[in-house]
Amino acid sequence: MSVLVNQETRILCQGITGSQGSFHAEQCIEYGSNIVAGVTPGKGGSTHLDVPVFNSVAEATSEVEIDVSMIFVPAKFAADAMKSAIESEIGLIVCITEGVPVQDMIEVKAMLKGSDSILLGPNCPGIITPEETKIGIMPGFIHQKGSIGIVSRSGTLTYEAVHQTSMCGLGQSTCIGIGGDPIKGLNFIECLSLFEEDPATEGIVMVGEIGGSDEEKAAEFIKDSITKPVVAYVAGVSAPPGKRMGHAGAIVTGNEGTASSKYKALNDAGVKTTDSPALIGEIMKELLNQ
Amino acid sequence: MNLHEYQSKKLFSDHGIPVLEGNIASSPDEAKSSAEKLKGDIWVVKAQVHAGGRGKAGGVKIARSIAEVHEMASEMLGTNLITKQTDEKGLPVNQVYIESGTSIQSEYYLSLLVDRTKESWTYIASIEGGVDIEAVAEESPEKIINYTIDPLKGLELSSLKQMADRMGFTDDVHSQFVSITKKMFEIAKEKDANLIEVNPLILDDHNQLIALDAKISIESNALFRQEELLSFKDNSQENKLEVKASEHDLSYVSLDGNIACMVNGAGLAMATMDLIKLHGGEPANFLDVGGGATTDRVKMAIDIIMENPNVDAILINIFGGIVRCDVIAQGITEAVKSTAIDIPIVVRLQGTNVELGTRILEESGMKIISASDLTDAAIKVVSSVKEAVQ
Repeated sequence: MSVLVNQETRILCQGITGSQGSFHAEQCIEYGSNIVAGVTPGKGGSTHLDVPVFNSVAEATSEVEIDVSMIFVPAKFAADAMKSAIESEIGLIVCITEGVPVQDMIEVKAMLKGSDSILLGPNCPGIITPEETKIGIMPGFIHQKGSIGIVSRSGTLTYEAVHQTSMCGLGQSTCIGIGGDPIKGLNFIECLSLFEEDPATEGIVMVGEIGGSDEEKAAEFIKDSITKPVVAYVAGVSAPPGKRMGHAGAIVTGNEGTASSKYKALNDAGVKTTDSPALIGEIMKELLNQ
Repeated sequence: MNLHEYQSKKLFSDHGIPVLEGNIASSPDEAKSSAEKLKGDIWVVKAQVHAGGRGKAGGVKIARSIAEVHEMASEMLGTNLITKQTDEKGLPVNQVYIESGTSIQSEYYLSLLVDRTKESWTYIASIEGGVDIEAVAEESPEKIINYTIDPLKGLELSSLKQMADRMGFTDDVHSQFVSITKKMFEIAKEKDANLIEVNPLILDDHNQLIALDAKISIESNALFRQEELLSFKDNSQENKLEVKASEHDLSYVSLDGNIACMVNGAGLAMATMDLIKLHGGEPANFLDVGGGATTDRVKMAIDIIMENPNVDAILINIFGGIVRCDVIAQGITEAVKSTAIDIPIVVRLQGTNVELGTRILEESGMKIISASDLTDAAIKVVSSVKEAVQ
């Protein structure tokens, strides 16, 4: 079992002929992901990576059964790409693109509210169910099928947690990179809830960072609704206020969004936290052995 | 991207939000002639820096003669203004804005911002103006009025009118307030602003609402469609190394410590800083070389790191996913050779082609300290700095 995606998942790649889309779609296919179609306006009718290319998402969905769309189009077109995937009622939309204007995301989120689509990202590494399907830019080989669900706002820090849980033999059920933008699709709470319901997931790793109050909300939710062990790390204890730390959403504004406030909320909720990302794997192993 | 007050007021006045007449000046003589063009016998000289709290820091002064305008402008220009929102070095005052004076009956607070929690636009208004709004929110939250736009419905005039009611406005002032708030949303939409703040919004003796101050911040990710605003960019208000890094698509933030970091990924870069601190060191910077780290980018990153004179050691932490460790190792080798770096470099590589990368570093003959994992890397770099001091 896993959450959201598995080996059956049929994937559309929006922007499949672009340099990023092409490179990563190929990597996904090599990993075993079932990419069934691509979209690039103006290139409909052609084939790329042995996959049929369509002019629009609507054209693609009328010809091929699609469960997930993986978006690699440039930031200025990303909102339109997400909107067309929502219009075509694609179940899960994974937007990898970084640099989407936050104003565009207000519109996309409003449109999502009235739809059945789920959005992951933007500015995220994607989602992977090890040894089944990889939908995104994460390095496949560090993953190992197993029992830990990972949800994270950071890409490389997710890889760090993945690597550790692989090394100590726990492996991962599914890893979800929710991305570093201030306004985004899936958040901690939805992912925690999915992992709670997934029989294959025995423990959950949550990687947060400074900015906003998503970790605080997640802490409340964990206290009330999560029975599985959770290990949490929050990046940015040493980050100065008012400075954007790489991710658009990673900024402490006034008193809001500090790592210490997030740690406090998580500790108060009974979550096992660590101030060192190097210890995530070990701590999880200890928790599961108790 | 932050705009100066005079730039923000230009946008206000273009959209019909009332501001006082004013002119920008870069020299005391220009300030004098700017003042001469303005009506009245009182002028305000305002330092143009990207920080709030200017008034208390001596960056806003009232002049009662043209000679005083000249004097105040010459005192401000060419100095650094230190406010409670800047660091201890302050920000350079390269321009002053000269405005006509005005009568003030009362001061209010008004802003419109992208609200990440509500995932929409939120107005914040208060009858307490000209003060720190966060302090008001903390001490007397009942004085704060909010309205979040429902993105499905769009801006609702009735809600703006309710805000005006709650501010206690009636008659003509009521409709002035509704008009100003409506125009703020027009600017926000048209210019991709993340924040439009008027603090204070004042009511003068003629019952006119006027934006006495103005602060606009534009969404950096939307600059591709705001080309006409690019001329408003003022790099003198930013850290030099941060500007240089961003020109090379590197994400860099300057910090106070002496251990430089070069990392791939924003989260891992923050975590690396945190670990340095956890093990008793002080990070000199945040630097994300990104997913597409080529040899050239690594070299540029090391160049930028080394421009900071406080740096005593470098920690390079790469989790190779799409980025291959051998490419990073090659970049490090070339950069170190071309810039003659003589401070300790601790390198932790993990992921794709890690063996190859490690071998390249070992065979380079450089004094690179290899680390096996995150903790080991942090401990080694911190102790390398302490040894150097002893």
